[in-house]
Amino acid sequence: MIGFLLRRLLAMAATLLAVCALTFAVFYLLPSDPAAQFCGKDCSADRIELVRQQLGLADPLAVQFWHYVTAVFAGRSYGTGQYAVQCDFPCFGYSFQSAQPVWDLMTDRLPTSVSLALGAAVLWLLLGVGAGVLSALRRGTWLDRTLMIGTIGIAALPVYFTAMILLYLVVSVAGLLPYPRYIAFGEDPVGWTTNLILPWIALALLNAAIYARMTRNSVIETMAEPYVRTARAKGLRERRVVGRHGLRPALTPVATMLGMDLGGLLAGALITESLFSLPGIGKLFADSLNKADQPVIMGITLLASFFIISSNLVVDLVYAWIDPRARLS
Amino acid sequence: MTTPPAPAPAGGAGAPEAPAPSVAPASPWALALHRVRRQKTATVGAAVIAFFVLAAVLAPVLTAISGTSPDAIDKKAVNPYLGGLPRGSLGGISPEHWLGVEPMLGRDIFARLLYGAQISLLVAFVSALLITLIGTVLGITAGYFGGRTDAVISRFMDVMMSFPSLIFMIALLSVARDVNRVVLLIGVMSLFSWPYIARVVRGQTLSLKHREYVEAARASGTTNRRILFGEILPNLTGTVIVYVTLAVPGLIGTEAALSFLGVGIRPPTPSWGQMISDAVLYYKVDPMFFILPSACLFLVVLAFTLVGDALRDALDPKGGRT
Repeated sequence: MIGFLLRRLLAMAATLLAVCALTFAVFYLLPSDPAAQFCGKDCSADRIELVRQQLGLADPLAVQFWHYVTAVFAGRSYGTGQYAVQCDFPCFGYSFQSAQPVWDLMTDRLPTSVSLALGAAVLWLLLGVGAGVLSALRRGTWLDRTLMIGTIGIAALPVYFTAMILLYLVVSVAGLLPYPRYIAFGEDPVGWTTNLILPWIALALLNAAIYARMTRNSVIETMAEPYVRTARAKGLRERRVVGRHGLRPALTPVATMLGMDLGGLLAGALITESLFSLPGIGKLFADSLNKADQPVIMGITLLASFFIISSNLVVDLVYAWIDPRARLS
Repeated sequence: MTTPPAPAPAGGAGAPEAPAPSVAPASPWALALHRVRRQKTATVGAAVIAFFVLAAVLAPVLTAISGTSPDAIDKKAVNPYLGGLPRGSLGGISPEHWLGVEPMLGRDIFARLLYGAQISLLVAFVSALLITLIGTVLGITAGYFGGRTDAVISRFMDVMMSFPSLIFMIALLSVARDVNRVVLLIGVMSLFSWPYIARVVRGQTLSLKHREYVEAARASGTTNRRILFGEILPNLTGTVIVYVTLAVPGLIGTEAALSFLGVGIRPPTPSWGQMISDAVLYYKVDPMFFILPSACLFLVVLAFTLVGDALRDALDPKGGRT
């Protein structure tokens, strides 16, 4: 198990480095000039050139990349003398447009995105797995058919549509909830929930539908296994057969998928956050795109890769722990 | 196509729901088609797809009939005293503008939807074709040759799949400013979608290459090329068709999302995602403008999912047939 873990961690570091290098190469081409941003409005061409030298932007790409990677662990300062700005560990670059290290900008927004992702995940798990199990156990009935037709329809709904319909019906017409804004959980748990419930629903519906279909297939497959028949033949009550022998193995693929989907969402749900104007990382990314704030875009790309790669790792570890055969590959 | 004669009824093992006494289709493809046709939802889905494809292809003809163009600004159709909202009810539906007009500029929604369908479907179909090609070639190579080839390709796929694809697509699209948007969209979307098909193809190939008939072909001295094209590829077609059909709605959705976020198709050219993004501002005061492109997106995605599901049931009995 330790060997497996080490191998996976090494692979993870290598993948992150590859993603980092590719991202860096792409952003090197971005038509924005950090030197001019750093220098301010009334800057002569000579001065911009000087700043460029000081910021290390005149160095070859590889050297800049090296500085970027080392700064993540050791921090760095940009510029010299009275104009120097310090970017402490972990330094993911410095946004000259907002005069803040990228890391601070991201950590400010992270709670919103994490709240959104976790809440939505709980919702789609409850709805999806619930509907899937129900459908599988009542296979062939009208309930099964309705649920399965419903999931196809729901999966095809564009998130823009769901979000706006929810806002229109619940907020504008019925006036049941306030227009969503982010309230920290620690400050006001109830406000946190009531404000985020609409974004959760909008974000969760598609996945709920996908999970329902997957769970249904998985449960049906497991319930046809010989050991389930054996359990029944032993005279176990149906509830125990389903709970103990049917659901546990059937839900393993659901856990795998949950890890991956959640990893992709932790670093921001771009469209949902834009639609509800929630100040998460996705919104930060969209805003930075409009301003061509290169360091922030790059930082978020890396953060998102980190979440995806580490959630893949977690999934693999959990899998290896459940099923020892997986350690071999 | 002539229908081969029906096989003699197999002793006892006949299908319980044997169709009417008509001539039973014999080739696997005919059988699959028959199975797909029996699902009403798939037929409806195929009809919806055909409708949108026709609408997209015939966009110039249809707009000539309606007498509108996607770019023509009609200030007379909007009311400047009401913040540029369309005159008339239901988003300005009138004999001139069949589905109403956009707020502010008064551009015709019917024409913009049609040309938007062109872009949406073009981008999705060409990307689907590209990912099929790349995914199949790399997947089959990795699966069949194994060893170091497999290791390199699989590693590469892992890296591609650990990119936050939407974020990275946006980054790439925003970097390249003066490139043809359609070509760029197709390129970027294909770049991040092929590994999913390649992975499936690789897995299939791995299991196929140890089948008896492949071993037999190899033992009789058949070249790799002939085994790949003659024995393995034909057995992959079903799976690939299913996955590509199910990938199309995802591609259409991604194109819409990218255009919604402002990095996809640029304004003078209409696209559904971009229309939705404009319409979000007016969802309360001019709901028709918002509902129409959303409904188109919904219908197309739904139709492809229905057809894909039916195809999977017919062609790939293992993959989630219930």
